Amino acid sequence: MFKKILIANRGEIACRVIKSARKMGIQTVAVYSDADANALHVSMADEAVHIGPPPANQSYIVIDNVMRAIRETGAEAVHPGYGFLSENAKFAEALAAAKVAFIGPPVGAIESMGDKITSKKIAQDAGVSTVPGYMGLIEDAEEAVKISQEIGYPVMIKASAGGGGKGMRIAWNDDEAREGFQSSKNEAASSFGDDRIFIEKFVTQPRHIEIQVLADSHGNCIYLGERECSIQRRNQKVVEEAPSPFLDAKTRKAMGEQACALASAVGYTSAGTVEFIVDGDRNFYFLEMNTRLQVEHPVTELITGVDLVEQMIRVANGEKLSITQKDVKLNGWAIESRLYAEDPYRNFLPSIGRLTRYRPPAETASETAVVRNDTGVFEGGEISMYYDPMIAKLCTWAPDRGAAIDGMRNALDGFEVEGIGHNLPFLSAVMDHEKFVSGDMTTAFIAEEYPDGFEGVTLDDRAVRRVAAAAAAMHRVAEIRRARVSGRMDNHERHVGRDWVVSAQGQNLGVSIDADHEGSTVTFSDGEALRVSSDWRPGDQLARLDIDGETLLLKVGKISGGLRIRSRGADLKVHVRTPRQAELAMLMPEKLPPDTSKMLLCPMPGLVVKLDVEEGDEVQEGQALCTVEAMKMENILRAEKKAVIARINAAPGDSLAVDEVIMEFE
Amino acid sequence: MKDILQELETRRDTARQGGGERRIDAQHAKGKLTARERIELLLDEDSFEEFDMFVAHRCTEFGMQEQRPSGDGVVTGWGTINGRMVYVYSQDFTVFGGSLSETHAQKICKIMDMAVQNGAPVIGLNDSGGARIQEGVASLAGYAEVFQRNIMASGVVPQISVIMGPCAGGAVYSPAMTDFIFMVRDSSYMFVTGPDVVKTVTNEVVTAEELGGASTHTRKSSVADGAFENDVVALAEVRRLVDFLPLNNRQKPPVRPFFDEVSRAETSLDTLIPDNPNTPYDMKELIEKIADEGDFYEMQEDFAKNIITGFIRLEGSTVGVVANQPMVLAGCLDIDSSRKAARFVRFCDAFEIPLLTLVDVPGFLPGTSQEYGGVIKHGAKLLFAYGEATVPKVTVITRKAYGGAYDVMSSKHLRGDFNYAWPTAEIAVMGAKGAVEILYRSELGDADKIAERTANYEDRFANPFVAAEKGFIDEVIMPRNTRKRICRAFASLRGKKLQNPWKKHDNIPL
Repeated sequence: MFKKILIANRGEIACRVIKSARKMGIQTVAVYSDADANALHVSMADEAVHIGPPPANQSYIVIDNVMRAIRETGAEAVHPGYGFLSENAKFAEALAAAKVAFIGPPVGAIESMGDKITSKKIAQDAGVSTVPGYMGLIEDAEEAVKISQEIGYPVMIKASAGGGGKGMRIAWNDDEAREGFQSSKNEAASSFGDDRIFIEKFVTQPRHIEIQVLADSHGNCIYLGERECSIQRRNQKVVEEAPSPFLDAKTRKAMGEQACALASAVGYTSAGTVEFIVDGDRNFYFLEMNTRLQVEHPVTELITGVDLVEQMIRVANGEKLSITQKDVKLNGWAIESRLYAEDPYRNFLPSIGRLTRYRPPAETASETAVVRNDTGVFEGGEISMYYDPMIAKLCTWAPDRGAAIDGMRNALDGFEVEGIGHNLPFLSAVMDHEKFVSGDMTTAFIAEEYPDGFEGVTLDDRAVRRVAAAAAAMHRVAEIRRARVSGRMDNHERHVGRDWVVSAQGQNLGVSIDADHEGSTVTFSDGEALRVSSDWRPGDQLARLDIDGETLLLKVGKISGGLRIRSRGADLKVHVRTPRQAELAMLMPEKLPPDTSKMLLCPMPGLVVKLDVEEGDEVQEGQALCTVEAMKMENILRAEKKAVIARINAAPGDSLAVDEVIMEFE
Repeated sequence: MKDILQELETRRDTARQGGGERRIDAQHAKGKLTARERIELLLDEDSFEEFDMFVAHRCTEFGMQEQRPSGDGVVTGWGTINGRMVYVYSQDFTVFGGSLSETHAQKICKIMDMAVQNGAPVIGLNDSGGARIQEGVASLAGYAEVFQRNIMASGVVPQISVIMGPCAGGAVYSPAMTDFIFMVRDSSYMFVTGPDVVKTVTNEVVTAEELGGASTHTRKSSVADGAFENDVVALAEVRRLVDFLPLNNRQKPPVRPFFDEVSRAETSLDTLIPDNPNTPYDMKELIEKIADEGDFYEMQEDFAKNIITGFIRLEGSTVGVVANQPMVLAGCLDIDSSRKAARFVRFCDAFEIPLLTLVDVPGFLPGTSQEYGGVIKHGAKLLFAYGEATVPKVTVITRKAYGGAYDVMSSKHLRGDFNYAWPTAEIAVMGAKGAVEILYRSELGDADKIAERTANYEDRFANPFVAAEKGFIDEVIMPRNTRKRICRAFASLRGKKLQNPWKKHDNIPL
C-alpha cells in the first residue's frame, strides 16, 4: 500500500479523502493556495504544501505546481477529488511520467469519456441506450414523419443552428410532426438563416439518475446502485438521494449492466459515474460518464457500506476488488443536501465572508439513523470568493425514505450557520415539498415549483401552533429569569402570569401555560393542548423541544421586542405578550417596508470608491452609477432602468452596510 | 358611606378618561397609545401607584376655568420593572395636547424629588404640544423647575426619556439633560424651533420629520440614543434597558441569574483578525461572543459608527462596552465618536458600571473639518472621561493601538486596571509606513531601502511585546479565552475602591 498520498484539491472533498487515507494508515499531503492557508484540509493533513495565489488557475489547476508539491513531499499517489484536475488527461499523463499513481481511471478512459460525441458513440457501440435521434439532413415533412415514427413519439424537432427555444417543436403524432417540421424550418430560416433540422426523442418527465460503478485493473467491474439527482438548479445539483424512488429492480439492473458495459468498453478502473436521463416510462438514455468521484458519492456509501475513496485507493494500488456484484446490497435510504453559501432570498446570489457561527448537527450512526456531514469549513473560517460556494454536504440515512427525509428535516433545523447567506431554508423547504416527499419529481422541479425564486416558507397552522407553544414556553422561562434580577422590592416582586398571546406569521394565538417539573402544558384558546418539554435556557440559540412526543428544533434569536425563530425553512418574527400587551399591540399601525424600487441599495457591505453620476442626471439602463469596493473587489452598480437621479446619499469614502440607500431616483 | 366610596370610584373613572373617548380614538388613529396605556406597558402588571390624579390647573385666563380636567395632562407615579422601583411620568396628549402648565410641572417635580430621595430611576414619556400658552410665564417657570431637577438628579438616579409624540421648544431641554433619549419612529419629533419658524427665519423648507424625526436624531444630531418601531416595542426595550441599570449611584449594577459558561472558549476568535492589517472585521462579533448569552444593548447604534457603545452582562452583572469599529472609518477616533463614547463612559462611571474597552484604533481622523470642528477638545473629552473614571476598567487591544488614540482608549496610564492585548496587537506610535517615512526621510527615493526599513519596523514594533516589556500591557492573551480572562479580571475588581481628589466639580473640556 502507498505510504503517502497527495490530495490535489481543497475543501470538503480534500477532508473527505484525508479521512479515508488516515483510516487506512496512509499519510496525507494537502496543497493550498494563499486563500486557504488556514483552511481545514490544511490542518487535517499530515503535511501541506503551498501552491500559489488564490485563483484556482494559478494554484490548484496548475499541473506544474502540483507536481512540484509531489516531488517535495515524495507522495506516491494523488487523489484529485472532483473538479480542478480530476478529469484532466494531461495531469494523469504527467503523473504517469513521474511514476506517481493516479487515484482515478486510465488516461484513455478520461479522454474518451471527456468528449460528448465520442462518448456517445462508444456508448452506442457498447450497447448502452442513448437518446434516439436522426442527425442527417431531412428532405421534407414526410421524411420527418417517417423518422419520427422510427424514433417513437414524442419527438423534438430542432433547428441545427437553434437556441433559446427558437425553431423548436415537440410533436406527439404524425400531424404534429409534419406541421412542426414545416414551422421549425421556416422559423430556423428566418431566425438563423440556416434551415437545417434534426429530430430526436423528446424525453418527457425527465429525471437525472446516475449509476455508480467501480472497476479494478483486473477486469472486474461492479455497479453500486443509483443516485437520483433530479433536484437541480440551473444544472447545479442541490439534493441527491440513493436509491431513486422511481427505479424498479429491473430498470436498476439494466442500467447497472449497461454502465458496467460502458466502463469495460473503455478499460475503466477506479470509481466512475454513468449519468442517465430517465423518462416517465422508465426509459433511460445515456448522458455522459464522469470519470471521477462525484460530489454526491456519500449517499451511495451510506446505502452500500462501501467506502468509495478507500476502494479508489486500493484499485490505484493494483488490488483486486474485494466485493463482487452479488455482494452489493442496497440497504435503506440516504439523502444528501448540499449547503451552499448562496442567499436564496437574493436569487441564490453567492455570499462570501466570515462564518461567525458554524455548528453542524452532531454526526451520529445507529441501526436506525445516520447523520453525516462532509465539510471543509469551521466556525471562524472564511467563505472565499475564489472557489465553489459549497459549505457542506449534509447526509442522512434511515431504513426507509420517509425516515431519511424526517432525519434530514431535523438535521437541517439543527444546523447553525451565521455570518453569510446560505440555502438552509431552501433545503428545508424542499424536504417539506409534497412532490419531493412523494418522490414525484423531475429535473424541472425547482424551475417549476419556484418560478419566481424562493421567498421563504409559510408554515401550516399545525406548525405555527407548535412554534407558538414553544415560543410561549421559552418566553415564560425568560420572563421568570428577568423577574429574578437583583434590587427588587421585597414582597412586591413581579408575578409572571400564565396567559399569553403569541403573534407569529400573522396569527394571534391565545395560550395558557401550566408548568410543572417536567415541562409545560400549553393550552390554546380553543382547548387544544400541547405538551412542551425542553432544556432550553435563555441565550441558547438552538432550542431542542419535545412537543407532544415529536422533536422540534428551533433557531432562536432576538429582535426588537420579540424573538426571531427559524425552523423548517420559515423565518418568523414572534412576539409573546400578555393579553393586555397584545391588545395594545393590535392598535399599532402596520408599517410597510419602504418602497425601494426607486432607490439604489448597497448590495453588500463596502466602501464607496466612486460616484459616476450627479443629482439631476438622467441615466440609461445599464449605465454605471457608482462603484462599491467590497472584499477588495470593485463592484460597479448600474441603473436597472432609465431614470433621473433625485438624490445621492453617499459620498466616495463612505462605508456602507447592506441595503443602505446610495441614491434615490425620481 | 357607600356613596362616599362610590364618589372616589367615579372621580377616578373620570380622571382615567383623560381627554375623553374622541381624543383617545384620535390618539390611537395616529398609531399612538394613551398616557395610561403606555404606563401599563412600561411597568409590571398592576404595579403602578399613581400620584396627583386629581390635580387640576389654576389658570383663569382665556376661559380656562371652565375646563379643569383631573390630572392636568400628565400621569405620574411609581411602579416596578421586573420588581425594581422606578418613577414615571407620562404626558397625556388627549388633555390640552399634553401641554405643560404650572401644576403639570409640579406633578413631574414631585415624583422627581421622590426619585432622588428614594434612589430610583425616572422615566419620562413625552407627548406634549409644548408650553400651556394660556398660563404664560407660569408655564415657563414650570419647565425651569423640571430642568433644575433634571440637573440635580443627573448622576444620582438614571433618567430616561422616551419621546412618543411632539416635543418642541423649551420642552426639549428636559429630555436633553437626561441620560438616554429614545424616540418612536414616524410618530415623534423633537426640535427647538419648528418648520414654520425655520421657514420664516432662514427660508429653509423642511418637514417636521426631516427636522427632528427619529432618523434625524439617531443618525445626524445624535440627540437620541435609539429609535423603535412603535410605542409597544419602545416600551418593551426601555424595560430591557432598565434591567441593565442600577437604581441609583449608591448601588452596584443589578445582577441576574445567567446561563452562560464563564470560561466559555470561542475558538473562532482566533481567526477574527484578518491576515491583512488593512482588512476590516466586525467588532460586534467580539462583543457578542464575550457577552453573557450574546446579549448586547447598543446605544447610539446609528451615529458615529466608528465607535460602539452599549451594555452587556458578564456573570449576570452589567458592564459598559466601548469598542472601536474597524468596519467604519477603520475605527479611527474623530469628533463624533469621541463625544459619543465620552458621554457613555461618564454615564457608566457615574453609576458604578464597570467599563470594558476593546481597542483597534489607527489614530485620530485627520483633516480640516476635524480640526476646524475642534477635534482637539472633543477628543480630550474621551481622554478626560476615561482618566477620571474610578470604576473597574478592563481593556483589550485586538489589533491597532496607535499614537495618541492608544493613550485615549483606556490605556494603562489612565489608571486602567487590566490592560490585555491579543497576540495580533500592534501598539506603536504609528503604523510602520508612516513611521518609516518620518524616520528615514532621506531614503524616501529608494523604494527597496524603505521596504526593508518598513519590514524592520514591523518586526520590532507591530506586536504587543514592546508594550508588554514595559508593563503597559499586563498580559498578552489568547483571543479564544477573552471572555474568561475578562470575567476573571472584573471578578477580581469587585472590591475596587478609588477616589479622585475633592473638588467642587471638574472642568471637562465641554
